[in-house]
Amino acid sequence: MDEMDGRRWHDMGGLPAGEVRKDDHDFALWEKRVDALMVLCGAKGHFTVDGLRRALEDMGPEAFEKYTYYERWIAAINQNLIEAGVYSIEELGTRMDAVQARGPSYGEANLQDG
Amino acid sequence: MPHDHPHDHLSPSGHPFRTDNDTPLSYFQTMEIAVRELLIEKGVLTPAEIATQIEVMDGRSPANGAAVVARAWSDPAFKARLLEDAGAASREMGFDIGPLNLIAVENTAETHNLVVCTLCSCYPRNLLGLPPDWYKTRAYRSRAVKEPRSVLREFGLDLPESTQLRVHDSTADMRYIVLPARPEGTSDMDESELAKLVTRDAMIGAGLPRAPGG
Repeated sequence: MDEMDGRRWHDMGGLPAGEVRKDDHDFALWEKRVDALMVLCGAKGHFTVDGLRRALEDMGPEAFEKYTYYERWIAAINQNLIEAGVYSIEELGTRMDAVQARGPSYGEANLQDG
Repeated sequence: MPHDHPHDHLSPSGHPFRTDNDTPLSYFQTMEIAVRELLIEKGVLTPAEIATQIEVMDGRSPANGAAVVARAWSDPAFKARLLEDAGAASREMGFDIGPLNLIAVENTAETHNLVVCTLCSCYPRNLLGLPPDWYKTRAYRSRAVKEPRSVLREFGLDLPESTQLRVHDSTADMRYIVLPARPEGTSDMDESELAKLVTRDAMIGAGLPRAPGG
């Protein structure tokens, strides 16, 4: 019997898995910003934690293995904000191109202090 | 932007620095900057709000939870209130718990508690700060509910078979924090001394408090 019968990939309680690696790291500023965007947009009612999780779960297990936690979070936040009509896909694309054109590092590409 | 991380050293919290502003701009960092700028331009957020939220989150650390635990060890009436309603008791001490339900589970001579979020990464972040990376791994999420004794042994905690183990699976609006048992030999210690014995892992259940003088 398939142990995933009736549940999705993120519902991983009880599944076989390897040793727990005691990894930890101090969060980079960009990761803290992603966390802050989630908390603040949630507090202002632009989406809910359920909306965030729905987007994260829809990314599937490949994204879970391939991308870091806050990489997946910013993608999920972005998806919710576009769905909520806060900005359009075109606005996002145009802005991402502009950000990339500013320079090769995060420090150079970031203009805002906030 | 010039940047002077001592990359080969550990941070004050004992972790390796994660590379930050001076590494090549990644796709998702580009997205973060773009999303943040659009939110500011659309009037959804201000730069000051974002900076303040980061400061608030940076100010949350396991020291907050440790203060709550040390109060519970020192004050039986507070402990009773904590076990009754951990959110309300934590608010008494000035900690912002937000709208989530917070439940404190008590370790005793007979019982050990362990906290996990099998579905995602729910964690008592208002009292402990952001969760450690391992809390969010497939290995921990999968195995903590199925073979918690093995997981705890990997954390260096070998519980006797006679100890009852309770594993609590968190949800987005129901978070757990472990109230560890007060260590032996601490009867002369005051709250601030006691708080120094309380580790983050002890409040997740993945460890025990430090021994006094240890």
